[in-house]
Amino acid sequence: MAQETPAFRRIVRGARPGAGGLFWRMVRRRRITGVGAALIFAAVAGAAAAPLLTPYDPVALNVPDRLLGPGRAHPFGTDEFGRDILSRTLYGARLSLLVGALVTLLATGAGIVVGLASGASPRADRVLMRIMDGIMAFPDVLLAIGLMASLGPSVRNVILSLGFVYTPRIARVVRAAVLVVVRQEYVEAARAVGASGARILARHVLINCASPVIVQATFITAYAMLGEAALSFLGVGVPPTIPTWGGIISAGQVYLRQAAWISIFPGMAIILSVLALNLLGDGLRDFLDPRLRHA
Amino acid sequence: MLPYLTGRLLALVPVLLVVAVVVFLLIHLTPGDPARVLLGQDATPEQVQTLRHALGLDRPLVAQFVLWLGRALRGDLGLSFFQHVPVTGDILQHSTPTIMLSLMAISVALLIGIPAGVISAIFRNSWLDQGSLALAMLGAAVPSFWLGLSLIVLFAVNLGWLPSSGYRAPAEGLGVSLRYLLLPALALGLPNSSLIIRFTRSSLLDVVANDYIRTARAKGVGERTVIFHHALRNALVPILTVVGLTFAALMGGAVVTETVFSLPGIGQLVVSSVLRRDYPVIQGVILMVATLYVLINLLVDLLYFLIDPRVKY
Repeated sequence: MAQETPAFRRIVRGARPGAGGLFWRMVRRRRITGVGAALIFAAVAGAAAAPLLTPYDPVALNVPDRLLGPGRAHPFGTDEFGRDILSRTLYGARLSLLVGALVTLLATGAGIVVGLASGASPRADRVLMRIMDGIMAFPDVLLAIGLMASLGPSVRNVILSLGFVYTPRIARVVRAAVLVVVRQEYVEAARAVGASGARILARHVLINCASPVIVQATFITAYAMLGEAALSFLGVGVPPTIPTWGGIISAGQVYLRQAAWISIFPGMAIILSVLALNLLGDGLRDFLDPRLRHA
Repeated sequence: MLPYLTGRLLALVPVLLVVAVVVFLLIHLTPGDPARVLLGQDATPEQVQTLRHALGLDRPLVAQFVLWLGRALRGDLGLSFFQHVPVTGDILQHSTPTIMLSLMAISVALLIGIPAGVISAIFRNSWLDQGSLALAMLGAAVPSFWLGLSLIVLFAVNLGWLPSSGYRAPAEGLGVSLRYLLLPALALGLPNSSLIIRFTRSSLLDVVANDYIRTARAKGVGERTVIFHHALRNALVPILTVVGLTFAALMGGAVVTETVFSLPGIGQLVVSSVLRRDYPVIQGVILMVATLYVLINLLVDLLYFLIDPRVKY
């Protein structure tokens, strides 16, 4: 466009801050959101840099060092096979975060499709929302357990099961937002200038559903990480050969009397991660929901 | 009331039908043939064929579903693959510990959640409020199984006050039974009090903003009476909904908590059945719990009618 001079762009940039500017604005509204974001960053960095942070192999057996309490060499102690709990917790973070992220991606993708279809067509809505209500009638963990029983224990199946369980939560949010957005004048305007249905959905409706979806997705990541931990703890989730937080806690259960640290530390990792995601979700909701913004 | 009730009951039909379809399909999601999975790799094709026929797996899917649903509606959930006993009886046998645990856990959640929420609202923005909300935040992040293990370490291993695991039937003495259930109920109830804390707080704050509270204060009613007599009674009505929702979380959480404390409840039944791939039991438990959850939420909605005379359907 002709008027996009550097000065114009500067003004536009000032009026609409980038992602970083928005983030700081959000943190200033509620400082604890910054703590949540920092904790998530730390978890991701710790998981990524696990081999640099710890000299121990998370799976190799080292029986002479078995059941050592927390100390200088092993800050979180060792388990019954002499494996370093800190290393196992850090490598467990990789899996937990991976499952959390992929479940969220799957549930969000599927939820957006279902929600858009529901919001766009009353006929589809009647059928789809009954199905979503039906899925939501199951306690999360119980349905996930049932699905895992059929699919068999593996990382992929944990992601599929939890993704299925959490899809209705996104679908409902998207549907509710679509029903509001399609009545707005800018959608009517877009239709009047001849925009196609697909273009309206993508450019106008979907963009304006983004806020509630982002907020809900943050909470779903937290649920998914708790769900994965519960499934792995019960022995129906990720196979025990892969270190996971739930799996480490479960293995430590036998040694609760002599070596409680095996179960205690990975549990704290779960608590901190879920807490961080919930703090971030609350902060995002506060920041993105215009009804709350002026309250 | 009657048209409302009929409408609500009719609305349940599609939801329960979806529940039934999902539960029915669980066995058909298995990669490969369930009969083959059950018999193992050494089975001859004839054996597999016989079992497929015995389980009805050789019929069309829709016919299988209709047959299964018809039996389920009559309370027949089939026979356990593993123990060859009726699933319905098996579930009923395991239900007492789960019911006891759920009731105790919801009591814990309410006994902590409502006072903490009330204190939070009365002393809004004070350190008491901040503390309650922090507790709620923490509660939502703690996995009940980890909390259970931590409670065992603290109260059973170190202090020796309570038994670390196991179950005593109420018939053996209610006191003993409750002692065994106390730690599991805390492990399950504490995380579930978060939602109740937050809901009580916001509900009470909403009510306090009403004109009749201002009127009560203006006519000189003491603050204590205003809060407990006028405000809290009204604030508690919407909390019923949360109790209904919490029940679902409890049933899911009970599965995990029972495993931690070796309680012979429905949760343990379902987990051991998953490990043995005993599909009829898994299906039966999940179907029963989901149905119960739907019915409890209906009951909660109907309770509004009894509790709050302003509610008219």
